[in-house]
This record gives sequence, structure tokens and C-alpha cells, in this order.
Amino acid sequence: MAISIDKHIGLYQHALELRSQRANVLANNIANADTPGYKARDIDFQQMLKVRMGETADIVPVESTSANHFIAIPQADTITGLKYRNPTQPAIDGNTVDAQAEKTEFARNTMEYQAAFEFLNGKVKSLMSAIRGD
Amino acid sequence: MSLLNVFDIAGSGMSAQTVRMNTVSSNIANAESVSSNTDQTYRAREPIFKAQLQAAMSGQPFDFSAKQLDMGGGVQVQGIVESDAPLQMRYEPHHPMADDNGYVSYPNVNVVEEMANMISASRAFQTNVDVMSSAKTMMQQVLSLGR
Repeated sequence: MAISIDKHIGLYQHALELRSQRANVLANNIANADTPGYKARDIDFQQMLKVRMGETADIVPVESTSANHFIAIPQADTITGLKYRNPTQPAIDGNTVDAQAEKTEFARNTMEYQAAFEFLNGKVKSLMSAIRGD
Repeated sequence: MSLLNVFDIAGSGMSAQTVRMNTVSSNIANAESVSSNTDQTYRAREPIFKAQLQAAMSGQPFDFSAKQLDMGGGVQVQGIVESDAPLQMRYEPHHPMADDNGYVSYPNVNVVEEMANMISASRAFQTNVDVMSSAKTMMQQVLSLGR
């Protein structure tokens, strides 16, 4: 019987990495809150996690009537998962960063990161106790 | 580890806001710097911000084909420009710096605008500090994995 550590902690490892990438994107939005023309962006977490876990992103099924048709493949932005925020009130200089919304999302993301970390830590700890046998 | 980038990004935001704060303080300090020659009169300055790409920061060409995504590398100060607003010409014939017609040219600094800029810059700086301290907590937590 093979024990796969990867399978044991797989989800949380990816979740943690995605959370830290999302922190990046949100921090970038906040840093560019005063940059003219900057468009706020965010990560589609659910879709990104699916891609990371090896599942394909949701593809809209396209009927093909010929064998020569291309197979529907996810577009570039569904692979990267980076999307633009829909602004409620864009600034006159074209900036779409809502500092309050970004701060809220950053705080939420931090909490979710910590939650994912706790789960990962629990998995690692249970592995450790299995190894030690106590 | 991409969390390290958060420090760079928030740091770039902080330094950009510091530049802005510098120009604001320079403008307010020189708000009454008069001159008899319009060419020598102080003009209000302001920095130009531009979003920075992550690839530009790491010095490596960006690979669009890879699953890697350019999440941005913070903000960059492209330069500092002088305001084109007209100078304030005040009629003060007894002023030692008055020109032949009795006018003294005052800088085109709008003090109210500068105050608003100052508050905005300090708030934005604070937000970036908060982001950085959150990222620090997150990283410290990762370092305690398995303990």
C-alpha cells in the first residue's frame, strides 16, 4: 500500500499558495489606488483551485459538426484566473480601485489564508504523530 | 514564495506615497516664494504614478505561454512634473520684488488642493503599511508549520 503524502495534504497546499497569490493581487490593487487608469484585478479562487487540483476549468460545451473543428479549450484568462473587477464608481482618471473594498478583501483573504494554514498544519501534525507512533 | 512579493508591492506603494508627500511639503513650503520674474517663480510639482509589471521588477522576460500570471509589481513613480496652472500675479507696488508695473508673481500652488493631497497620501501610506504587516503575520505563520 502506497501512502501518498501529496494526496493527504494536496488541497490545502494549493489553497495556501493561491491565497498568497491573491494577497499579491490585492496588495497590488491597494498600492495602485492612486495610479491613473489602473484597473483593479482579482483571482477567481474557485476556478484556480480546480485548475491547480488537475481538474479542468468549466468549459462551455461546443457542439462540433466536423472532425476538423477545434476542441473547446479554456481561454487564457480562465487558465490564469486573473479577472478585472466590476467597479461601482470608477474615478474620473479611469482608476477602478475601491480602497475600502480592496482592504476588506485583503483582510478576508488573510483570514482564509490562516484557516487554510491551520488545516494544513493539522495534516502535518497528524502525519508527524503517525511517524512517531505516539 | 509569492508572499515575498507582497512586501515589494506594498513597499513600492509606500515609497510612491512618500514621494507624493515630499512634493506636497515642497509646494506648501514654497507657497509664498515670490519672484519678480515669472520664469523664476516656483511652480507646483506633482509625481506621476504608473502601474508596474512584475516581470519588469524581476528583470526576467514575461512568459505568457506558461501558467504563470503577471500579478503586477506595485506602483512606480515615473517622474515629477510642474503644474501648468497660471501663476498668481498680485498687485503689490511696494513689495521689494515687484516688477516695473508693480506686480509680484506668486507660485501657482493651491494650498487647499495640497492639503487634500497630503491627507490622501498619508491614508494610502497607512493602508500599505497595514498590508505589509498582514503579510508579515502570514509569513511568520508559515514558518511555524509543523510546530
